[in-house]
Amino acid sequence: MNRVKYTNPILLDGESTVIVENNVRLYDGDQKTSFEGGELIITTHRILWGRPGAIARGQTCLALNFDLIVFVEEEPASTFSFSRSRKVILHLAECQDQSDGPQYNSYYNFIKLSFRDGYTNNVIGVLNDLLQKKTWEPLSPETPEAPEVKSQLPTIKLRTGIVGIERSLQEKQKATDESISVAFQDLSKLMAMAKDMVRLSGTISTKIKEKQGDITEDETVRFKSYLMSLGIDDPVTRDSYKSDNQYYKSLAKQISEFLVSHVEEMGGMMALTDVFCRVNRARSLELLSPEDILNACRVMESLDLPLKLFQFNSGVMVLQLRTLDDESIAEATAILVDDRNSLSAEELSQQLGISLTLAKERLLTTEKYGKCCRDDSIEGLRFYPNLFLTKEE
Amino acid sequence: MSEVDIEWPWQYSFPPFFTLQPHPETRSKQVTAWKSLILTYCQKTKTYVIDVREASQFPVFNNAAINRKLEHSVIVSILCELQKHGNAAPLDKAKNRWEIYWHTLEEWASMVYEFVSNRGMQNTVVTLYELAHGEDTREEEFHGIQQEVFVKALRVLERERKCEVIMDDDMQGVKFF
Repeated sequence: MNRVKYTNPILLDGESTVIVENNVRLYDGDQKTSFEGGELIITTHRILWGRPGAIARGQTCLALNFDLIVFVEEEPASTFSFSRSRKVILHLAECQDQSDGPQYNSYYNFIKLSFRDGYTNNVIGVLNDLLQKKTWEPLSPETPEAPEVKSQLPTIKLRTGIVGIERSLQEKQKATDESISVAFQDLSKLMAMAKDMVRLSGTISTKIKEKQGDITEDETVRFKSYLMSLGIDDPVTRDSYKSDNQYYKSLAKQISEFLVSHVEEMGGMMALTDVFCRVNRARSLELLSPEDILNACRVMESLDLPLKLFQFNSGVMVLQLRTLDDESIAEATAILVDDRNSLSAEELSQQLGISLTLAKERLLTTEKYGKCCRDDSIEGLRFYPNLFLTKEE
Repeated sequence: MSEVDIEWPWQYSFPPFFTLQPHPETRSKQVTAWKSLILTYCQKTKTYVIDVREASQFPVFNNAAINRKLEHSVIVSILCELQKHGNAAPLDKAKNRWEIYWHTLEEWASMVYEFVSNRGMQNTVVTLYELAHGEDTREEEFHGIQQEVFVKALRVLERERKCEVIMDDDMQGVKFF
């Protein structure tokens, strides 16, 4: 009860009346007080209690600020009580400033509001709602009492004029902000839950796989439909692989169809990075991941497409024409090297319009077939016709 | 090293010759070419000892005209190949200094012994200097042979009991049987 203060029943800046109840008695903890049969006003900022009519006349009343309220609950009605009286318990926080109140100290950390006639409004709901909104918060704790005289005029809420409109707009905005942040709080909770759900579905699907023989077809289908309803599409990997495979197959066809002329232009070979760029540029919106492209390229060979994936010893991967093999590459490159007497990877890449890596790979392949030999000097790596093998002693 | 008048093989002006080739067949051809080039070079310039650390001073390993040098590790590996056929031997464990035998020690030994037996010099004692630098051997291949190599060749004969090397402080001689 020592948290309750005497105050003037003038609404503060931004404060507005929410509900009014009559015939309310205050309890200090479990003990009745002399404050009975009064009028209770719940505003956006605090709870006001006054003798009937006192608040309307602007006489001193009792006030409890919301920032002191920790928790609100309704006291369960005692079994032998037949009255309409209902009690609300307000659990309160500690308060340093104990002046200006009807009571200096109290043994209790809660007060009770006894509504002798019951209440017309949903007091608990409204209180909880107000406590959550915390509309009083921007006001610093001392403002409720201190600026009584000074701010007598400004405290009257302006509802007219541009300032009033602006203020109400501001309030609306603030409310929207709060509701949005509350909404996202819920969302993060949902995400945390979703993680569990995914884990759950994972264990179920592994169980299905383990017990493939033990459970009937019917049960498997039912399980799967449950999982589907959880939003996880067919998690059994073997099955999904099957469908993925089909996806890759059609993708492989598409890529090959689109690229074959470009690959021919580039001398029969295209690095996978170039493939990735060209395909995605052509698709422009429905972009493919590098992994999907790689997988699609892998299945090309089995589909009798004009292109196939080839990996050099160095790990560089290219799409090359099916008709092209190492030996023909080596021969073609050897002829180029012969023509120019010696070639570096840069020169070959310029001459053929292919990338540097590819040019180097070509030269290395040619070397592997003994059709050229290297000169590794400070000027860089160059390749010469293999005179060691071709020139007669 | 003074300029030498040597007929360089075509490989010498072929830049890839100075890079060890990764392709096995090419490499074996290359190494064979190097081996014969080193031996020819040493024979022409009467080079008995090669120090790998100073290899760039030898024109054979350093073709200034095309600005190519043979790397140390490659030189050592080629010399090791020569060693397999008795054409070279390392003088230290680090394989930095090498004796080059453009004729193997056995070849040297048989040359010397042939000369001695042609002259009927068995059972006589001759000084090493006489043999290597004397007037009589001027026409012989082993004329001017380096003492260390010469001794090693004679040791080969000694093992075959065809001579005995007498190593005194003031006189080194050999007696042929």
